[in-house]
Amino acid sequence: MHILVVGGGMGGTILANNLARRLSGELEQGSSKITMLSASDKHMYQPGLLYVAVGKMSTTELYRDQKSLLEPSIDFHVDPVEKFDLDNNSVTTKSGKKISYDILCIATGSRGNAAGIPGLAEHACQFYTEADALAMYKKLQKFEGGKVVVATGVPHKCPMSPLEITFFLIDYFKKRGIWDKVDLHYTYPIGRVHSLEPVANWAAPEFDKEGVTYETLFNMKEVVPGKVISEEDSSAEFDLLVTVPPHKGQQVIEDNELGAGGFIPTDKKKLNMEGRENVFVLGDTTNLPISKAGSTAHFEAEALGENIAALVQQGEPVREYDGKVFCFIEAGDGKATYAMFDYNNPPNPQAPTSGLHWFKTAYNRMYWASARGII
Amino acid sequence: MSDRILVDAKNTFCPGPLMELISNMKMADVGAELELLSTDEGSAADIPEWVNKVGHEIIESFKEDDVLHIIVKKVK
Ligand SMILES: Cc1cc2nc3c(=O)[nH]c(=O)nc-3n(C[C@H](O)[C@H](O)[C@H](O)COP(=O)(O)OP(=O)(O)OC[C@H]3O[C@@H](n4cnc5c(N)ncnc54)[C@H](O)[C@@H]3O)c2cc1C
Repeated sequence: MHILVVGGGMGGTILANNLARRLSGELEQGSSKITMLSASDKHMYQPGLLYVAVGKMSTTELYRDQKSLLEPSIDFHVDPVEKFDLDNNSVTTKSGKKISYDILCIATGSRGNAAGIPGLAEHACQFYTEADALAMYKKLQKFEGGKVVVATGVPHKCPMSPLEITFFLIDYFKKRGIWDKVDLHYTYPIGRVHSLEPVANWAAPEFDKEGVTYETLFNMKEVVPGKVISEEDSSAEFDLLVTVPPHKGQQVIEDNELGAGGFIPTDKKKLNMEGRENVFVLGDTTNLPISKAGSTAHFEAEALGENIAALVQQGEPVREYDGKVFCFIEAGDGKATYAMFDYNNPPNPQAPTSGLHWFKTAYNRMYWASARGII
Repeated sequence: MSDRILVDAKNTFCPGPLMELISNMKMADVGAELELLSTDEGSAADIPEWVNKVGHEIIESFKEDDVLHIIVKKVK
């Protein structure tokens, strides 16, 4: 059996390592093989970008060599896929190689698409790439006060980012001693300040306490110099606009017509691509109505690792993905909380504590062990 | 109608039904109809509120086996 994993980010790496351990006997005998194709020889810890944007982490802490995170039995190549030929169980890579598979796993992630909103890329600070996070930090350092607006597009990865960047901005401006010169205004696409109701119920009074104003049902339509205009015919004036941009899947997914917006139609529980029994999808690339988060990719990878190994070894999958997501929420002022939920159980976040903030800080370093499958 | 875009947001807490609808509306062409499935109690109020505020159209809304179906037309 040849298992091909496309994408070496959070989901692909955890899945490939999980499979390599479960199928170690088959890999040794040569009856199975795991190949990973990715677009980079580096693995980025993307949640670190949030910290880079406010000067809390250096960019050198964001990367590891991808190969160093993988089990040695995984055949890893930096050679991105350009064509998917699902009818013939093969892909073609950038270097022109045609690679056949028995089982395909797609984990190519998602990317910010500020270009989808006229004027957004030109006028807003973002923190979803290394270059953007660094540029945002430079801009913040020069900022001496005025109107700051946080505006969020949909869909976006990391559902906690809009709140976290807002709390981090409050901390940042306080630390610089210019908080009294800042009017911070938070906007959000739906009718409360966060998609999770208990999180919204906690965050709104925190905003009130800090003097942060907010407007809900605000979906960006256009940005012109100094003003962001919403689909709902409202607008907010700014001296500094910080955005969580709308996201898309990768271009290669759109070009191969695997799913609208680059998101692949995926079965909620089996995680196979709809209509394809030997193609599995995980992480941000799915069209599932759940959070685009590393923890989602992680739990999906664990479920798929068990299932694909069972398929290879006994011809039948053994479990279903239950929709589990776990997200830390940085609450500013050295505190954090978390939200955990699945398809059947809503979250019930507790009051933020400094202990959880330190746990999240430790996790930022433990992530590499998690990607290797050690924790 | 077979060419309706189905947005299955049952049993989802985050991003939740309204955010799922907004994402799918953005990808759809003007004139498209979307059928949103939701098990979230709040959807009966907050989906029509957003749809009306932006100026799209609610075609139909009904509950079947505890699932709320809201059919929305993208008008602009
Ligand atoms: C600022 C920020 C903060 C975040 N905070 C959190 C957080 O606190 N908690 C949390 O759980 N999540 C967080 N996330 C989200 C998390 O990083 C993503 O959800 C997660 O990385 C998704 O994993 P993935 O495997 O789907 O995609 P990715 O990790 O993005 O990996 C995609 C991989 O696909 C490869 N690839 C792309 N195109 C191709 C191609 N054509 N062929 C082959 N390979 C290809 C890429 O090189 C990459 O290796 C955050 C993200 C950001 C940006």
